[in-house]
Amino acid sequence: MRMHTLVWREVFERKSQLLTSFLAILLGITVIVSIKNITFYSEKAVAREMDSLGANVLVLPKSATVQDYYAADMQGETIPEEYVTRLVMSDLQGLDNLSPKLSLPVEVRGKTFTLTGILPKSEFQAKAAWQGAGIFARPIGCGAITSLSDAAEPDDKNTLVRKRVIEDLEADEALVGADMAAALGVKESDTLELLGKRFTVTAVLPQTGTVDDSRVFAHLHTVQELSGKGPVINAIEIIGCCQEISAGLVDKLNRLLPDARVVTVSQIAQSQIKINRMMSNLSLMFLVIIVFVGGASIANYMYANVFERRREIGTLMALGADSRLVLKVFLLKALLLGGAGGIGGYVLGSIFAMVLGPQLAGMRVWPMWELAIAAVGISIGLTLVASYFPARRAARLDPCATFQEV
Amino acid sequence: MLKMENVSKLYKHRGQTVTALDNATVEIPRGDFVSVVGPSGSGKSTLLLMLGGMLSPSRGRVFLEEQSVYDLNPNERARLRREKVGFVFQTFNLVPYLSALENVQIPLFLAKMDDDAQGERAVALLERVGLGDRLHHKPCELSVGQQQRVALARMLANDPAVILADEPTGNLDPETSRQIIGFLEEFNEEGKTIVMVTHDPRAAERAKRTLRLAEGAILSERRAEERLHVA
Repeated sequence: MRMHTLVWREVFERKSQLLTSFLAILLGITVIVSIKNITFYSEKAVAREMDSLGANVLVLPKSATVQDYYAADMQGETIPEEYVTRLVMSDLQGLDNLSPKLSLPVEVRGKTFTLTGILPKSEFQAKAAWQGAGIFARPIGCGAITSLSDAAEPDDKNTLVRKRVIEDLEADEALVGADMAAALGVKESDTLELLGKRFTVTAVLPQTGTVDDSRVFAHLHTVQELSGKGPVINAIEIIGCCQEISAGLVDKLNRLLPDARVVTVSQIAQSQIKINRMMSNLSLMFLVIIVFVGGASIANYMYANVFERRREIGTLMALGADSRLVLKVFLLKALLLGGAGGIGGYVLGSIFAMVLGPQLAGMRVWPMWELAIAAVGISIGLTLVASYFPARRAARLDPCATFQEV
Repeated sequence: MLKMENVSKLYKHRGQTVTALDNATVEIPRGDFVSVVGPSGSGKSTLLLMLGGMLSPSRGRVFLEEQSVYDLNPNERARLRREKVGFVFQTFNLVPYLSALENVQIPLFLAKMDDDAQGERAVALLERVGLGDRLHHKPCELSVGQQQRVALARMLANDPAVILADEPTGNLDPETSRQIIGFLEEFNEEGKTIVMVTHDPRAAERAKRTLRLAEGAILSERRAEERLHVA
């Protein structure tokens, strides 16, 4: 017989009564861990996007929302591909690169991915009219990306990941995102059938931590053909020049494309930051709720437990237990409850974050050990504080009053 | 061994003072077996709990082996009980979620005995009271007589010098009562001092001495020889 035997047996003797308090703390910690975990990776993704993309501009259908940069082209609504021509033919300064996109959901071996059509840079250059307009021949040096022809590895398909544009892409070629490749076991030179058409995988793209990992990229015109929607696109990504953007490029684009919505990535990032802040506040609110509701539930349970066990406490005292031992019995029980709630809440919260993170925020989420320490610390701290007064009451019980026959 | 000097216990109940024990003086030498009888509310259990350091008197002093019990603080009194006093209760007071073996181990755990030694001693005590085949049964899986025998084994665990029994046969059938009183006599023959509160005249007669209480006062004291003489 040891102290923990006494506590453990009692916990399992009255487990149904304990369950409500345990669930209160478990669910509270689960929610806090999930929100904190998703928020952390969301903030990281925003910071990464801001670092890597500079002052990008998106041209979207009028009705599109701007919650997530990487998923901005996956909204069903379309704009005519002719808008790309309009942009290229315009005399607007500060447009370094254009990347029109059309996305479709595709199902491969029972799993759903996104097929995204992109236009390689060689297509722009092949069009004499566009070349004449000189978008890629303009004096440059102001944007985040100056020219693809200056890139160190012009044939490297991975430039799509870093620079959002690609040099060449044949009609039957496809670039597969890291997650999709892993899920399907696809590698370079393999063939992949999408919407009845066979594609050759020319590259597996490196991990980005965004929804791009679940995409397969193909030629825009091939995707348009497969979609049956005609020459339309969901979005145009523009690597814009920072100075030009601050000098009113967005307004000029809006005037040029009145039926489209033009937004800068910083607007999208702001929107994401707002969501992050809201989630952060939400987790703080949950923390307050768990402290009050969870704490009250535990204190209430412990007071009831002390009342129910007063005869047992009196017996222990008659057998020679002192008040410190009685206090320890109840606090050890609180410690067990808090520890189990904290660990369980961390595990569940991390699982929820990993599952929901990609769906809610469009990025991959990994468990954070720092949250494990915080979850267990908060949970144990809360249960100990909530149990202290009931435990003290138990330790101060008059042993005589605990025997009915006395 | 045990001594009460002019001990009174007064309770406040709904604004009225109730005298549970009134100026009681009693001396119980080592190895004595005393039964305490009297009607309900006469102060029998109060006297017993005071002797066990569980209930402080309003007036007077209680001694256990020359130590004034209530001059000690509550935790020191707990240690005194752990080392020198064994309680037996009418309703056994076994911990319901522990097995017979674990119930007997409680006083040994409180005395900080190691696990193996606890197990060995508890098994030996349960075998002594005839429950060697019920070690892992929970109280609800035992008859009331068996439960009281587990309580006796638990009481013996720390080899107490004093046994305080509050109606130990109150919930038992006559045969089991005789068995329990037989155990108490056996413990007394081994040198333990026993004070037993009882309503059962046959159980009371088995003690060496009988104290009769009424309205909180000790009315009379008869020795076994006197009872035999009267008979």
